[in-house]
Amino acid sequence: MTLDFWSMLFVFMLATFVGFQVIQNVSRLLHTPLMSLTNAISAIAVVGSILIAGEQESRVTTILGAVAVAASMTNIVSGFLLTDRMLKMFKEKERAK
Amino acid sequence: MSAHQLIELCYLAAAALFILSLRWLNHPRTARRGVIAGVAGMLAAIGGTLMAPEIISYSWITVAFVVGTIAGIPLALVPLTAVPQRTALSHAFGGLAAGLVGVAKYMMWMHQGQLTTFRTGAIALECILGFLTFTGSLMAAGKLQEIVPTRPITYRNQNLVNLLLLAIAVGAGAYLTMHPAYWQAFAVLIALSLTFGVLLIIPIGGADMPTVISLLNSYAGLSAVAMGFVLGNKLLITAGALDGSSGFILSVIMCRAMNRSFSNVLFGAFGQVQATAAAGEAKVVKSATPQDVADLLLNAERVVIIPGYGMAVAQAQHRVHELYDLLTKRGVDVKFAIHPVAGRMPGHMNVLLAEAEIPYEALAEMDDINPEMPQTDVALVVGANDVVNPAARHDKGSPIYGMPIIDADKAKTVIAIKRSMRPGFAGIENELYYADQTLMAFGDAKQVLGDVVKALASEAVGAH
Repeated sequence: MTLDFWSMLFVFMLATFVGFQVIQNVSRLLHTPLMSLTNAISAIAVVGSILIAGEQESRVTTILGAVAVAASMTNIVSGFLLTDRMLKMFKEKERAK
Repeated sequence: MSAHQLIELCYLAAAALFILSLRWLNHPRTARRGVIAGVAGMLAAIGGTLMAPEIISYSWITVAFVVGTIAGIPLALVPLTAVPQRTALSHAFGGLAAGLVGVAKYMMWMHQGQLTTFRTGAIALECILGFLTFTGSLMAAGKLQEIVPTRPITYRNQNLVNLLLLAIAVGAGAYLTMHPAYWQAFAVLIALSLTFGVLLIIPIGGADMPTVISLLNSYAGLSAVAMGFVLGNKLLITAGALDGSSGFILSVIMCRAMNRSFSNVLFGAFGQVQATAAAGEAKVVKSATPQDVADLLLNAERVVIIPGYGMAVAQAQHRVHELYDLLTKRGVDVKFAIHPVAGRMPGHMNVLLAEAEIPYEALAEMDDINPEMPQTDVALVVGANDVVNPAARHDKGSPIYGMPIIDADKAKTVIAIKRSMRPGFAGIENELYYADQTLMAFGDAKQVLGDVVKALASEAVGAH
C-alpha cells in the first residue's frame, strides 16, 4: 500500500476534524474512560508492528517489531478491559439502589 | 476479491468503528456500546493485517500477542486510584511501539537502499515523538506512583537546556533527511528524544498531572500518526489523529480549568512558587467534631460535597457513599461538585465516585453547581484545597489568581475535612479555612467521614 504525501495529509486533516467534533461531545463524566479508550485505539500501532515482526527482514528488526507488537497488545487488552470495567460502574439513580 | 482489497475493507470498517466507538461515549448509557465497537474495530484491523502477504512467519507475532495479553490483564485490574499511573504507563507503551517501528523501518529501508527524503523525515518525526512520549510517560507514571520525587525539580536555565536538546534532535532529523545513510545522526536523535522526555517531566508537580497526562496522550496519538505516514497507512493516521485530538482537547480543558497556558504548565514549574505567604500572623480556625458535622448535615436541606485528590489518597470514597445514602434517605439534597482538575487525570473524581456507586446524576460540573452555591446550606470539602480557594477570585498576587474555582465560600456553612493546616500543592494558604462560616474537621478523611456516618446512623436510630 503506497500513498502519496498529500492524500495522507488529507486523511490526517479530516480525521482530526472528526476527532475534535466527536470528542467535544463526550460527556465530561467519562473523561477518564475516554482516555483509556483512546489509548486502546491508538494501539492501532499494532498494525505496523505486526508487519515488521512478520516480514522478518533481519533478526534485529523482527525483535524490534515483536516488542512493539507486545507493547501495543498490552495497551489493547488493558485499555479495552479497563474502559469497560470503569463504564460498568456508572449507574443511573434507579439502578444504583 | 484480492487479499489487498480485503485488507483495505477491514481497515475501512475499523476506522468507522473507531469513530462510532468515541461517539457513543457521549452518554454513560451508550458508552459500553462504544467499547464493543472499539474492540470490533481493533479485531478487524488486526485480522486484516494478519492476511498481509508480506508476513512470512507468525511465530514472533504469536509470542508477542501472548506476552502483551498477559501483561495487559493485570494492568486492567489496578485499583481506580491508580488509573492515572496506569494511563501514563500505557502512553509510554504507545510511544515505545512507535519509536521501535521507526527504528526498524529505518534499518529495513537503509538495508534495501530505499531511504527517501520523505521517508526519513517521517521516521525522524515518529522517533522524536515516540521516544519522548516513552520516557516522559514513564517519568509521569513514576511520579504518580511516587517512585520518583513528586515535587517539581528545577535547575538553572532548565527551559533553555530542554529547548536546546529538542532543537538539536530536530536538527539531527533535518540533517538526516538530506543524508539518510548517516545513521550517527539518527542515534543522536534517539538519545536526545529519550533525554528530553525525562527532562520535560522533571519540573512538573502533582497537580499539573491532569494536563501533562492529556498532553502525553496527544503525543502518543501523534506518534501513531507519524507511523502512519512512514508506512503509508490510512488507518494508522485516522486512529492516531482521533487519539491526538482527544488528548489535545483534554489538555485544553485542563489548562482552562487552571487559567494557565500550555507553555506555563510545561515550563512554569508551578509547584515551587510561593512558600512566603505562610509567614503571616497566626489566624484562628474553628474546628468541629464529627458529631458537630453530623448535626449540621442533618439540619441542612442542600448539601454540596466537593471532593479532591485527598479523598482518593485517603480512599474515602466509600465513606462518602455511606454519607450520601444516609443523607438522601433523610430527604437531604446531596450533590457533588467536580472541578475539572480535581484528582490526577481528567475525570478522575467521577470514576472514583462511580466506583463507590454514587449515581452519576448526583455529579455536577463546576459551572453548573456554582450558581446553586448561595442556596447551599453546607459545602463539605473532602480533600480538595486550591480548587475552593477564594483567593483565585480576588487576590491578584496569588499564583492561582484567575483560576476558576468552586464557590464553596458562598455556601451558608463550609465544612472542610483536612489532615492539618498544611497548605496544598501550590503552597498557598487557603483563606476559606479562616472564614467565619467555615468549620474544620481535622483528621484522615476516611476516619472523619466514618465517624460522621456513625453519628448520623445512631441519630437515625434514636429518632425512631
